[in-house]
Amino acid sequence: MTSHAAAIPMDQRRPEPGVEFYTMKLGMWIFLLSEIMFFTSLIGAYVILRFAHPEQWAYPGEVLNVPLTAINTFVLICSSVTMVKAFAALEHDDQKGLQLWLVATILLGSTFVGVQVYEYIHLAADGFIPVAANYSAEGGPLYGSTFYLMTGFHGLHVTIGVFALIGVLIRSMGGHFNSKKVGGVEIMGLYWHFVDLVWIVLFTIVYLV
Amino acid sequence: MSHVATKTDYDLLPFAGEHHEELSFVRKYIFSTDHKTIGKQFLFMSLLFLLLGGTLATVMRWQLGFPGTPLPVDILPETMAPGGIILPEFYNSLVTMHGTFMIFFAIMPLLVGVFGNLLIPLQIGAADMAFPKLNMFSFWLAVPAGFIMLASFFVEGGAAGAGWTSYAPLSTSGEFTGVYLGQQLWLISLFLLGFSSITGAVNYITTIINLRAPGLTWFRLPLTVWALFITAILVLLAMPILAGGLIMLLTDQTLGTTFFKPELGGEPLLWQHLFWYFGHPEVYILILPAMGIVSEVIANGARKPVFGYHSMVFAIAAIALLSWIVWGHHMFMSGMNPRLGMTFMFTTIVIAVPSAIKVFNWLGTLWKGNIHFTTPFLHSVAFVALFIIGGLSGVFMASTPVDIPIHDTYFIVAHIHYVLFGGSLFAIFSGITYWYPKLFGTLMNETWGKIHFIGTFIAYNLAFFPMHGIGLQGMMRRLYDPTLYAYLQPLQPWNVFISYSVFVLFAFQFIFAANFLLSIWKGKKAGPNPWRANSIEWSAPSPPPHGNFERMPVVYRGPYEYSVPGAREDFILQTDPPDSSVAPHHTSASTSH
Repeated sequence: MTSHAAAIPMDQRRPEPGVEFYTMKLGMWIFLLSEIMFFTSLIGAYVILRFAHPEQWAYPGEVLNVPLTAINTFVLICSSVTMVKAFAALEHDDQKGLQLWLVATILLGSTFVGVQVYEYIHLAADGFIPVAANYSAEGGPLYGSTFYLMTGFHGLHVTIGVFALIGVLIRSMGGHFNSKKVGGVEIMGLYWHFVDLVWIVLFTIVYLV
Repeated sequence: MSHVATKTDYDLLPFAGEHHEELSFVRKYIFSTDHKTIGKQFLFMSLLFLLLGGTLATVMRWQLGFPGTPLPVDILPETMAPGGIILPEFYNSLVTMHGTFMIFFAIMPLLVGVFGNLLIPLQIGAADMAFPKLNMFSFWLAVPAGFIMLASFFVEGGAAGAGWTSYAPLSTSGEFTGVYLGQQLWLISLFLLGFSSITGAVNYITTIINLRAPGLTWFRLPLTVWALFITAILVLLAMPILAGGLIMLLTDQTLGTTFFKPELGGEPLLWQHLFWYFGHPEVYILILPAMGIVSEVIANGARKPVFGYHSMVFAIAAIALLSWIVWGHHMFMSGMNPRLGMTFMFTTIVIAVPSAIKVFNWLGTLWKGNIHFTTPFLHSVAFVALFIIGGLSGVFMASTPVDIPIHDTYFIVAHIHYVLFGGSLFAIFSGITYWYPKLFGTLMNETWGKIHFIGTFIAYNLAFFPMHGIGLQGMMRRLYDPTLYAYLQPLQPWNVFISYSVFVLFAFQFIFAANFLLSIWKGKKAGPNPWRANSIEWSAPSPPPHGNFERMPVVYRGPYEYSVPGAREDFILQTDPPDSSVAPHHTSASTSH
């Protein structure tokens, strides 16, 4: 061991002055950058394929149920609001409010996934499946391929988010968070808002355009 | 986690002294959260895969040197090589798996997994990574990925055979290669490995931004940390692109989607775009950490400050930025608008500028140095020499008019091996020997290290340099039997020569393996600073304990203050207070080597 290290014990370390992010929050931001690239590859592939083969795409509303998904989009946006309310409650040390708003977020998120499953079942019953065949005049195989891949991976992200929210809820019931310990709730919020934001892009380009 | 980091009191994880009671065997060696142990785990895993990749290469070279001759050791199953004669389908698997294992399971984990884990916390004065459990997770995700890839040899149809790039539509359906399950396992394995790399990259970037020791400003970071930081950004942003492509290819194979199937409206070229949009940054993921290691070792061996430290950092950043806008040069032969080809040609050749800055800075560092020819130094100088050759042959491929005749010949095989073996692998040998004390507390044997170096350097050049020539004369890569073509028959003596060189090259690696393993127990005790280097890790004991430093290091200077006039010794530790550098002070920190 060197004799001339300065006298700061390792367990009292603080970040460099000027570093505003605490480690977990920084980690989540960095992870979300990588998620942006993942959805970029899916959306980029969609855009390229659609420009190359416009004849395989149906007009909006011909195959997909736009009103139902519009309501579902509203549900997901509401869940972002309840997530914000949960974080606001925590900042005021309102434990009851935190748990209430977390439950609301979980319910709205589950509703979104439930409606998506319902939508998939109906589409599959109508013969809209991602299997290579010219299943209908309204859309070719690429339409189904890109639809299921993009919405499916978004749904997977929402599902993971719901389970993570349940984890945060359990920890909040154990008194894990307070107005000075907001880490888990705040980074969960970042993830949740990101997933909502991606859905707004997906809803626009998959359903409305 | 035992506690959560909070916004108000910067409760950073983890601390030394937090979990330092005696850990059980499993917690200490298998499911460890200590970055050094995880680095060692990556080291042993990737060295095994390196050996496997090398073995596959020797089998390939047997077929190319002596086509149709039974293998001298006939242990392969009937489905691969009946009677020791390699089947064409198995040869395709060999080519694919040699590339896959070397790139994804040997070089990448060696550079990023081993040196990232070992060096980042030590060189920035941190006790551990920002997320130690995530770090453990990323290793234990890479292990199943490796086993899945390995298992694909033993499934029906054999391992993937569409090349390491798995070009569609060759890879979309087994009807072209005869491989169904093997190709799918290839995709699943790489997806897991990509996830592992992304979690690792999140950890590295967070650690470097938030856990630097007081006084360690960005421009006092060792170049290795800079290189690993920028590499981690490339991994973070490139791997998800590959993941998207892998999923599309997997659903094409299993669920009947049609992304890459031209007969159903898909676009095979889309795979090439997605693959190379990931794949070209990947090329730099495989060389930037090597450049960082070499910068450090060359400065240490020449006992001089790195020439042009700031320009080295900016060159790394420039290479990383440019790597995103050059992917099209891999697709010159796939059909491209000539104007687009011109754009990609220009951006690709521009990468030569920051690369040349780095090369000249290494030469500037060596210039008039007081050179110590240690084994790590020799490997690093070999890196510079071979990287120059590999970089120059890269300019040939970057230029569309030259690329068109030589693409997909052995010229490109020579190029990739000059940058990946001559470049990355020599830097890895250099890095392992140099930081061996921080891994095991001992030094590797210098004599055997030099014998390994000389043998490897000579056999390597004999093996790969002639490939330029046979490539220019038209020998295609991924070719099963060159003697089937009349115009290649005169080249067959060269193929025999290359094969013998590869066998010698392979044999010399066992010297490294033996030296590496035996030195753990028999090596000379290293002491904290055997190379008399400056950066923070050399102020910790060898090997550092869990938590690395007893007290948090405070940094007063840059990492390359070698041979400062007036200083008592020719190096000054980054943690030495300003007034101590001229005082007779280094009794505990310096030992001879």
